[in-house]
This record gives sequence, C-alpha cells and structure tokens, in this order.
Amino acid sequence: MPPENDAGGSHRDIGDVRIEDVVSIKEQTAFEKLISSQAFWVTVALAVIIAVMSYLQPDVFSSEANFYNMTRNFSYIGIMAVGMVAVIITGGIDLSVGSIMGVTGVVCGVLLEGGNAWYVAVVGGLLTGMFAGFINGLLIAYAGLSAFVVTLGMMSFGRSIAIVLSQNRMIYDFGPDGPAFKIIGGGQMLGLSNIFWALIILAVVIGVILRFTTWGRHLYAIGGNEQAARLTGVPVNRVKAQAYILSGLTAAIAAILVVGWQGSAINALGTTYELRVIASTVIGGANLMGGEGGAYGAVIGAALLEVIRNSLLMQGIDSNWQGAFVGVFIVLAVLLEKIRGRKRA
Amino acid sequence: MPVLSLRKISKNFGAIKALTEVDLELEPGEVLGLMGDNGAGKSTLIKIIAGNFPPTTGEIVLEGKPVHFHKPIDARAKGIEVVYQDLALCDNLTATGNIFLGREIATRIWPFRFLTSKAMSDRAGELFGELKSETRPQDLVRRMSGGQRQAVAISRTMLSEAKLVLMDEPTAAISVRQVAEVLDLIRRLKDRGIAIVLISHRMPDVFAVADRVAVLRRGRKVAEKPTSQSSPEEITGLITGAIHAA
Repeated sequence: MPPENDAGGSHRDIGDVRIEDVVSIKEQTAFEKLISSQAFWVTVALAVIIAVMSYLQPDVFSSEANFYNMTRNFSYIGIMAVGMVAVIITGGIDLSVGSIMGVTGVVCGVLLEGGNAWYVAVVGGLLTGMFAGFINGLLIAYAGLSAFVVTLGMMSFGRSIAIVLSQNRMIYDFGPDGPAFKIIGGGQMLGLSNIFWALIILAVVIGVILRFTTWGRHLYAIGGNEQAARLTGVPVNRVKAQAYILSGLTAAIAAILVVGWQGSAINALGTTYELRVIASTVIGGANLMGGEGGAYGAVIGAALLEVIRNSLLMQGIDSNWQGAFVGVFIVLAVLLEKIRGRKRA
Repeated sequence: MPVLSLRKISKNFGAIKALTEVDLELEPGEVLGLMGDNGAGKSTLIKIIAGNFPPTTGEIVLEGKPVHFHKPIDARAKGIEVVYQDLALCDNLTATGNIFLGREIATRIWPFRFLTSKAMSDRAGELFGELKSETRPQDLVRRMSGGQRQAVAISRTMLSEAKLVLMDEPTAAISVRQVAEVLDLIRRLKDRGIAIVLISHRMPDVFAVADRVAVLRRGRKVAEKPTSQSSPEEITGLITGAIHAA
C-alpha cells in the first residue's frame, strides 16, 4: 500500500478522478492490520521456535514441567511489561520497575516477619509500588522533568531503601501468615502457576482498558502529539501520572507473587529486570517514541525472550550468552519498527 | 447582534506592546481575513480570543456578554473553536479518534469510561458528509493527504455548535488542489452561519473567501474594509506600511 495518498496530487488537474484515490487508500482490512502488526510476527517467531525446539528436544523442551517453568518464568516479567507499556505509549519510560519490585518485596517480608496478616503484607506491598509510581508521575507529569532522569533516580532510591529496610539480610521467616502468603505466588491452578494466571488476568484487563476506554485513548493521544492532546482538553498531566502509578502497581504485583513463590525476600530482587521488561514491550511492538504498543505485544515479547533463554539452555549454550541475545533482540525490534515506519511515513 | 466584539484589546509582554487598542466585530456567517506581516500581532490576537492568555486591557464580548477565558477549554465551551496552524492532530489515531479527542462519547462503568466507537464513527461520517469530504472516519491520520487532514481538523470544530472558528494559516503548507478543497470547507462553515477569522499570508485565498479584511501592523489595526472595496495591491501596501492606513 503506497503510504502517501497525495503523492504527486498537485500535478493532476482539479476534478480528475484519481484512480489512486479509489485503490490505494481503501481502509485497512483486518488481514492487512494483522500482518502489519509486530506482535503478530513475534507470535509467529514464537510458534516457530517452539515447533523447532519440540522437534529437537521432544522429551525435555515440550515436557509438562518445562512448560510450567517457562510460563511461570516469563509471567512476572510480562506482568511488569503490561504496566510498562502504558508508560511507553505516552512516550515515557520507567527505569525504576526493578527497584520498585525490590522495595515492595522487602516491605512484604518485613510486614510478615512482624507477624502481620498476609493481606496486610499484600496491601502494604501494593501501596508501596503505587506510591513510588505516584512520586515518579508527580515529578514527570506535573514538574515536567524527564522520565528517564526521574525514574533513574527512583531506581537508585528504591534499591537503597530496600537495602536499608531489610538491614541487608534475606528475610525468610514469614511469621504465622507465611504459608498463606506463599500460596499466592507459589500455588497453581489447572496445572499452571498462579503467576501465569495473574498475568493472563492483568493482560486482559489492561488490554481492554487500553483499547476501549477514554483513558487508554488518551494515553495513545499523548504519545502521538502531547501538545494536541492538551489543546483538545485531554487531562494530560493526570493521565501521565496515572500511567506511572500503574507501572508501579504492576511491579508491586510481580514482587508479591515472586516473593511468595521463592519463599524469601531479598533486597536484590528485580535487579536489571527493567531492561527485560522494556525489551518485552519493544519486541512486542511498542514504540519508544510513544503512540504505539499494546498489552498483548508486551506479553508475547516477554514470552519470546523466555523461550529463547530456555532454548539456549536446552541446547547446552552457556547461559551467560542470554544478555547478548536479549540485546540483539531489542535492537532488531527497534530496527524492524524503523523499517515499518519508513514504509508508511 | 455580532457574534464577537473585541473592544480596545491591548496586550503587553513586559515592555513589548504586542497589541494596542484593537477593535473588531464579527457577524454570524461572516468571514474576516486577518492579515499582517510576521510579528504584526495576528497570532497574539487569535490566542487571546482562543483563551490561551488574557488581554492586558480591553474586553471580549461574545453575543453581547463580556467573557473571560483562562484556558482554551473555556473558550471552546463558549463556542469558539480553533484550527491550529499545525492542525493539532495525533497521527497515530483515526480521523474519528481525533475529532472526538477530549470529548469522546462514552459509557461510564466505574471507574472507566468505555468508548462508544460506533456512535462516534457515524457522527464523524456525517460531518465529513456535510463538508463533502471523502475522508473516511476509520482512516489513520498518518496516512492522509494535507487536504484530508484539514478536513479532520475542521470537522472537529463542527462537533459542537461552534459560533466562531479561528483558522491559523490553513492553506500555508498544502498543494494547490488541496487549497481549493480547504476554501470549499471554509465556505461550508460560513453557510452554516459560523463566523470565521482567517489568518493567512496568501492574498488570493483571503480574497476568495473573506467578506472583510482587517490589517494589523505593529500591533495596531490599520485598516478594515470589505474585500469588494479593496484590492490585493492595497492590502499589500497596508501590510508593509507603504500605505499608511485605510
């Protein structure tokens, strides 16, 4: 489909019926939309890798246990990614999600250790994450500071608070409500981990919000043209701040689940996860310049990274290569986005 | 009764006098061409009417009532719509998405407002129909021609019953064929009884659609007369100062 409908339009006589008008700018069919979406191609890549690995390693890779592990391992990254994608759609970025995870985990651990009920720990954890996101949002949306700088600051601040609060030790004595808390993240339903179910629910809810509500529409508008959004009466500052609160909230949810699953809270929880989370959203089609991205893409991006990691392990490749592959995939995803952008620009 | 009366509007930015005692009146369905060289005060005047900032002194009277705007939204609520020079469109949204941006039709299910896409898309289609534009509601603005983008920006002004539309250089950056389209769009707004202030550097466009033309020079209104009693040569002289006043 030629991108510019008026290309050469000025050379023609006024009143000419232009065949291009009729042919080239017909509305996108559902099929065209599908094949022009990055999330679709990542899904295809994911299916191919799974098919190849199932052929190469039928007993190990496609075993039930490995499937359980893989879905669990990408789910907490995916949960953070569906929150992150809201921020990235506005043209922002949240580098603090890993640290928010760390401080949330420690808060939950300290609350449980002090003999509090599991739900006090959960609520305390969620509020911690949302509060960190609120501070990010306040400074970025209302004080107009750069998202990169503010969340970089929060990344350092949050990690430090986590270390101070935990007195630099691992918290594993979860008190009387420990077992109840551990079930949340460590349990399973219908053969799949609770963490995976949490991801599915969050992805559907956030996907619906992004696609079908005014709030979601405003996120895309801010990412597309912030000035235009402001002039047309979109509450730009409030919506932006809320996106960071959501990102903080999903990081906190991930932390609560992971701490429950692992049965201990360490202050290093989530270190460098921000890179994997951002990579997931970008691989799934989010544009770091804003205006594009979705919940499904974020989930599928996280899944692709985990399947690649798992496949490398299965093929006996040194696990230290993982970072290299993640890096290559991020750059490839951005490159793909640029090529697609050039085609339609 | 005039839609809009400006009475002795002055605007100072520190020591700089951007506007000095400008009077202006517009009747319903009237198109006023607002002309002047760069820095003459056209944009400042438009921004005052649109509510971007208040005048230092002077009064804005809308349908007989004095009004005070603090934000562009206040002016819009009173029926003043603006087509910005850069159109203020989001490329990543559809035509419908842009037209309804900030005033979506939605169903409230706490705490969210769910978009009613069908109703908005239908309404956008109606607006394009009224403008006789071939723009389609579901097309992404990114894929549109300059003329179609103008149609989207102009349709947005028709969403609520606007009384006054301010247009900042609507024909500056588009092809010849599209200029004709945009001038047609302006005539259709006029036919609906909407008053229009048209800022433009393009003399032929102003003479094609404007009933009257006002000329600003160094923040003062130096002329205001019907286009039928003036000529492009006279207006050019007034803009540059070769003709002192008319």
